[in-house]
Amino acid sequence: MIPDTKASGIQKPPTSGPPVATAAPASMPAPQSKKFTFDQRYIPPIFITLILVVGQITFGVLESIPYTLAAIAASILMEMALGMLFYKKIPHLASAYISGISVGILIRSPFWWPYILCSAIAITSKYLIRVRGRHIWNPSNLAIAVMLVIAYDSVAPLNIQWGNSHWAMLAIWVLGSIIIYRLKRFHICATYVISFIAYALLRSLIIPHGAGETFSTLFLREVAPITGPMYQLFIFFMITDPKTTVTTKKGQILVAFLIATMENILRLTGTFTDFHFFAIHAPYYALFIVGPVANLIEIWKTPRAPGGANAPVPAK
Amino acid sequence: MIEKPSARIALTVFFLTLLCIPLAIRWWSTHRQPAATSKDTSSILSRYGFRLEEVSKACGIDFVHQAPTLDPKLSHIMPHIASMGAAVSIVDYDRDGLPDIYVTNSAEGSKNHLYHNLGNGKFEDVAEQMGIADVNKPETGVSMGAVWGDYDNDGYEDLLLYKWGRPELFHNDKGKGFTRVTDTSGLPKWVNANSAIWVDFDHDGKLDLLIAGYFDEKFDLWHLNTTKMMPESFEYAENGGRKYLLRNLGNGHFEDVTARMGLNSRRWTLGVFAADLRGTGYPDIFFANDYGVSELFFNENGQHFREVGKETGVGYAPKSGMNASFGDVMNNGRYCIYVSNISEPGILLQGNNLWVPKDGTSGDGIKYENGASAMGVELGGWSFGAQFGDLNNDGWLDLYLVNGYISGNKQRDYWYDFSKIAGGHSSIISDAERWPPIGDRSLGGYQQKKVWINDGTGHFDEVAQGVGVTDLNDGRSVAMADLWNRGVLDVVVANQRGPLLLYKNTVAPENRWIEFALEGAQSNRSAIGAQVTVYWNGRQQAQEVSGGNGFCSQNDRRLHFGLGKDPHIEKVVVRWPSGKVQELQNLEIGKLHTIKEPL
Repeated sequence: MIPDTKASGIQKPPTSGPPVATAAPASMPAPQSKKFTFDQRYIPPIFITLILVVGQITFGVLESIPYTLAAIAASILMEMALGMLFYKKIPHLASAYISGISVGILIRSPFWWPYILCSAIAITSKYLIRVRGRHIWNPSNLAIAVMLVIAYDSVAPLNIQWGNSHWAMLAIWVLGSIIIYRLKRFHICATYVISFIAYALLRSLIIPHGAGETFSTLFLREVAPITGPMYQLFIFFMITDPKTTVTTKKGQILVAFLIATMENILRLTGTFTDFHFFAIHAPYYALFIVGPVANLIEIWKTPRAPGGANAPVPAK
Repeated sequence: MIEKPSARIALTVFFLTLLCIPLAIRWWSTHRQPAATSKDTSSILSRYGFRLEEVSKACGIDFVHQAPTLDPKLSHIMPHIASMGAAVSIVDYDRDGLPDIYVTNSAEGSKNHLYHNLGNGKFEDVAEQMGIADVNKPETGVSMGAVWGDYDNDGYEDLLLYKWGRPELFHNDKGKGFTRVTDTSGLPKWVNANSAIWVDFDHDGKLDLLIAGYFDEKFDLWHLNTTKMMPESFEYAENGGRKYLLRNLGNGHFEDVTARMGLNSRRWTLGVFAADLRGTGYPDIFFANDYGVSELFFNENGQHFREVGKETGVGYAPKSGMNASFGDVMNNGRYCIYVSNISEPGILLQGNNLWVPKDGTSGDGIKYENGASAMGVELGGWSFGAQFGDLNNDGWLDLYLVNGYISGNKQRDYWYDFSKIAGGHSSIISDAERWPPIGDRSLGGYQQKKVWINDGTGHFDEVAQGVGVTDLNDGRSVAMADLWNRGVLDVVVANQRGPLLLYKNTVAPENRWIEFALEGAQSNRSAIGAQVTVYWNGRQQAQEVSGGNGFCSQNDRRLHFGLGKDPHIEKVVVRWPSGKVQELQNLEIGKLHTIKEPL
């Protein structure tokens, strides 16, 4: 990756090299100055590993440690194999690691094969579904959304709290925010969180109140999901993916807002209809729908550079 | 990037192949399931080796469970809260040699039933005349389950009734009636309990009691002064009811030794059993907890209990434990533990756990691994009660599981609202007021039961539809007994807001059996905790008399062993709670043997 040199979060265009990013900050720039030589691409993997290790030690959060390791291993091996096949070299593996660990945490299955399959779908999609050299879906988001449909009887998403401590939840939010701020993506997270809360507020206003139900009761009910760890991972590691978000800061803010908007629509279908599938998995499908549309619009609006599909695309 | 068309095509084919894998697995799995077969017994027997026929009405059983109506503050989620209470236990209360059936009811003012087995295929409800029917009076709470044990060693099984309310102890007056002795027994005044067992934890020859709370005992669910009585987390809750280990002092009084013995859990227990898991002779205690991890307490020579859930491997991966039952699934003399949880496709797939002792571990160093997936007993819907028993007499323990949570409106379900709350923080989930109204919606309802047949190779095959188990009730409690002394295990199922079902078993005659009725002398007279190991044809199987096993249930105390075809029994070893070991030889096959503990 070409290092980011501007505070705006604008990256230089991807070249025809391996598709490195899955989750946001994994593809963030390499060292920015001589004084600070730590490769920032390692920050997100370290952060997500820290969350996982602390969560597992304190609360035993994983369905199965071997299953999660299988997801990570499948992701990395698939990245290595496809990198060698299509680029004749092994790509930086931070992205594949994050994809694998995201899959290992975010899906729940009593079987081992969905973890491996989900990772394989995620990595393969990066190499297959590309428009002008860009992959338009966040790979782990695509893989989870697909798995929830094709393997509905074997897979469910993470949908629980990790422990009961306010402090644990707060610590992850604060630490995640600091890291994501340093990686110049905080505006995406902030926009999404503010939008989610605003839409929760809206839903609690328009949902019919039952007998004895107060506005605050409904609001807390609607805002409850974002207090869970699934959303923390979704916000810090999926919607901020630089490879699958648009390039400008304003665009990123708009897309984060639109993801929350789409999620609100899906949640309302769950509230006002008896069809609940997309409402239950609303964030995944909101990103699944909005993310690629935004990317395609950006690609479409950007003049094709000479040299064909693999030529550098405009700045991201 | 290499852009050869052939490479792109190959990658596309590979991607599509990945997408087809779940479809292929589903197709393969579907084609392994038996379809409902003909009702012709001979064809069912030839295919499965046994048949279960629901005969409750023909037997004179017309019981339908009624749920309680709790504090109006819970009315918006009443079907969710008032979702338990249907329980069944087996006892030969009058020692006539025929197992009888006790079933609990849970509406305020409703009556429990004691179905006396008349031996002619009919049952007669005698609860009223025996004095154990009218036990759900307002202000005393309602029944959640019952277990039987001879606490005064007079030869007749006494009744412990546990409730969301005041637990009750009834003394069996020689099978002629029951006397309520609660007030002088030392039992706690109020426990919101969904499980209890009889266990002689210190081997003093007197049965002790373990009652496990679910909701915190400070709540009277009919008179709540707060709605903050729900679990503080969907999978990490420790704000449930306390446990009561009550030591039998021998004078009709029980002493609370819970804290002294180290049973200090406040998890939301739904299933508990006691069994000697390590071969020490002392019963260890296993708790299946809703909203959290399971707990295993090692019994240190009757002096203390030590929690070893994480140490042994059963205390990780919190789920919604509903049931705890044990059985020698592998025919190696070691007990596996079955814990039922929730599985709803695409929404919540906890999977049930079958904790199998790891090879090479034993004693205090015993470790368990979850073999449910590999052995095919993992997905059972919103699972509740389960029991091991050799249903086809082939010499391997099978597994019967009931499921289904709330079968309401088939067109509308509660899953979306449930998912919002389940993922919410403790301040949200712990307050009932913040739970969305459930109305008439379903939640994990109308589910097919599971009858898993152990094929002896470490795998179970699901045959419920094929052998005749087709009901879709909200199953809670399962108990097994050879109700008519025919050498087969019949199955009794209690359903929430549903009928009590009696599945009469018919087994292909070529598979043989042997049964044992144990009576302790130095040990407790019910022989709870006694272990029988049958050695035959180079195989072995251990079973233990249990004072409560599964979700809110208790099997017949008599032990039933299937032996398969042409069995030759080498020996039978009985290990009594007192420590005595008795070896028996030349026992006749196809017979119930009454074994008394030698003095």
